Amino acid sequence: MLIPFFYLLREGGMKTSITELLTLHEALNSGLAGQSVDDFYFLARTTLVKDEAHLDRFDRIFGAYFKGVDDSLSDLMQDIPEEWLQRQAELSLSEEERKLIESMGGFEELMKALQERLEEQNERHEGGNKWIGTAGTSPFGAYGYNPEGVRIGQQGSRNRSAVKVWDKREYRNLDDSVELGTRNIKVALRRLRKFAREGAADQLDLKDTIDKTARNGGMLDIRMVPERHNAVKVLLCLDIGGSMDDHVRICEETFSAARSEFKHLEYFYFHNFVYENMWKDNQRRQTEKTPTLDITHKYPSDYKLIFVGDATMSPYEIVYPGGSVEHWNEEPGAVWMKRFLQTYPKSIWLNPEPKARWDYTPSVKLIRELMDDRMYPLTIAGLDDGIKALR
Amino acid sequence: MADDRFSGTSSYIATDDLSMAVNAAVTLQRPILIKGEPGTGKTQLAIEVARSLGKPLYEWHIKSTTKAQQGLYEYDAVARLRDSQLGDDKVHDISNYIMRGKVWEAFDSKEQPVLLIDEIDKADIEFPNDLLQELDRMEFYVYETKELVAARTRPIIIITSNNEKELPDAFLRRCFFHYIKFPDQKTMEKIVDVHFPMLKKELLTEALNAFYKVRDVRGLKKKPSTSELLDWIKLLLVEDIPLEALRSENSRSAIPPLYGALLKNEQDVHLFEQLVFLDRRNNPQ
Repeated sequence: MLIPFFYLLREGGMKTSITELLTLHEALNSGLAGQSVDDFYFLARTTLVKDEAHLDRFDRIFGAYFKGVDDSLSDLMQDIPEEWLQRQAELSLSEEERKLIESMGGFEELMKALQERLEEQNERHEGGNKWIGTAGTSPFGAYGYNPEGVRIGQQGSRNRSAVKVWDKREYRNLDDSVELGTRNIKVALRRLRKFAREGAADQLDLKDTIDKTARNGGMLDIRMVPERHNAVKVLLCLDIGGSMDDHVRICEETFSAARSEFKHLEYFYFHNFVYENMWKDNQRRQTEKTPTLDITHKYPSDYKLIFVGDATMSPYEIVYPGGSVEHWNEEPGAVWMKRFLQTYPKSIWLNPEPKARWDYTPSVKLIRELMDDRMYPLTIAGLDDGIKALR
Repeated sequence: MADDRFSGTSSYIATDDLSMAVNAAVTLQRPILIKGEPGTGKTQLAIEVARSLGKPLYEWHIKSTTKAQQGLYEYDAVARLRDSQLGDDKVHDISNYIMRGKVWEAFDSKEQPVLLIDEIDKADIEFPNDLLQELDRMEFYVYETKELVAARTRPIIIITSNNEKELPDAFLRRCFFHYIKFPDQKTMEKIVDVHFPMLKKELLTEALNAFYKVRDVRGLKKKPSTSELLDWIKLLLVEDIPLEALRSENSRSAIPPLYGALLKNEQDVHLFEQLVFLDRRNNPQ
């Protein structure tokens, strides 16, 4: 019974190993779990999950496997923002209304319609009978009533038994595929710190030299170690204004967190895309500009360059002279971008937009091409990949 | 077997899943890794496990400069060099310069001990890797004296981490894992109850309501945790704050007394005061 579950966990992207499976068997043999399912769940969790980021995933797989819940919709569900489904209101329907709803088409049709509606709808919705949201009579969403409906992100089934522990999904905000929260940012930036400490310079290791010399009976034995320095230099360029307004909070958090992690951190703002000028103070962006050429000349090429922006704009703003929405630019943004990339071989672009939406925006595609595909979503996992690319 | 089970103590409330994780680790004699928000009682757990099972406790607190070897033993070569030049007789026996670490002490314990490795993430990235063999086989080799030190009884090893660094997979595979999530109000009532058994029911409820409200404030840098709550309640009792001060007509705009004990960061205090001020202005009583 456990082996298919084990493979399901691995399919679900967890790094569960044979050792851990054997440990679980051993634990079961020694009678730890007793008779209760909850005990078994606790035991399996403490044995198989080694990272709180995977707890939510484990809960879902456990729920799916041991309750027989159909999890095939999970991929679809991932893309629906949580807030659409936040429980805001409850709804009670009369008998007639329920009958009316039952007259809707079969499952296949429902799925097709869901797909379509997901594409059409782009804001949160509550009540009503068409859109995906809460407490409505639409077939899609949570906390409402439609007997043939698709339940999305509702915790447990509301009309039946009590919610199981693993159905509570208490570890949801620890999952590393969701966007960064304050806590998550701290963890992610600790990864930057780790990388900031690595370097390769030779240094005399005084302690080891004394140690080895002493062991050698007084014959001098010089030991060298690589230098452990925190001198990684970062040049941070942040998109501000316009379509970035939705992401201001997360960018600020990333920015303020990054500031304390590095000794050499320089930051500049730009609007939508890079042109001949950038600025440091957004209040005085018109008066106190820094020419982009000065930036690339002043900061040497060992700086790591990080752009943060949603890369969402008209393609003209990238490829045509005069394409900028704010001023007349003599040279297209792409030229400025290439200058940046020539100066700083180590560079990435962090995009706060979810990766799933990138394909719908031509400018994102353009920038990804310019960046040699070094664009990463602003999630823990994305930041992690980005840091790897910067090394 | 029955009395070997851990299920919390008179001063420590363990949830079912935590007890299960500890008992699994005790039964199968594997290390257990505990993570969780600061102030949720990770370190306290080891002390309480040792107390409730009546076993000796060895604490090894990790710093950024700690090396794995220091937990096993250290060879003071410099002292030996000095002694050799002074013509001290001690110099001929190398074991005079071997200093035992916490792990060795725990391995040498006559009855099964509890070994706490506290804040393992503070150390160098390679630190956990250097301890793999020692934690797995519960033995290590002293090269200087050519001696194999093996544990008399396998200790119960409790490791805590604050998530500052990622731990290597090979290390994780050998451990049980438990993430202490922040207690819900019911568990919290029990926790406060074991620490302040004389506390009046109403005061507790009001204090907890106020506490969870502060935790719910968005954008706090450091949310108050269990240990801050306990400190705060202690203060409330010492200052003899009346129940009415905690309760308010318009509960949203109430500022809890002595909230300095809950918020440890001046930016948080500032943010909190601003929010309360805004709220009062928008909802004049």
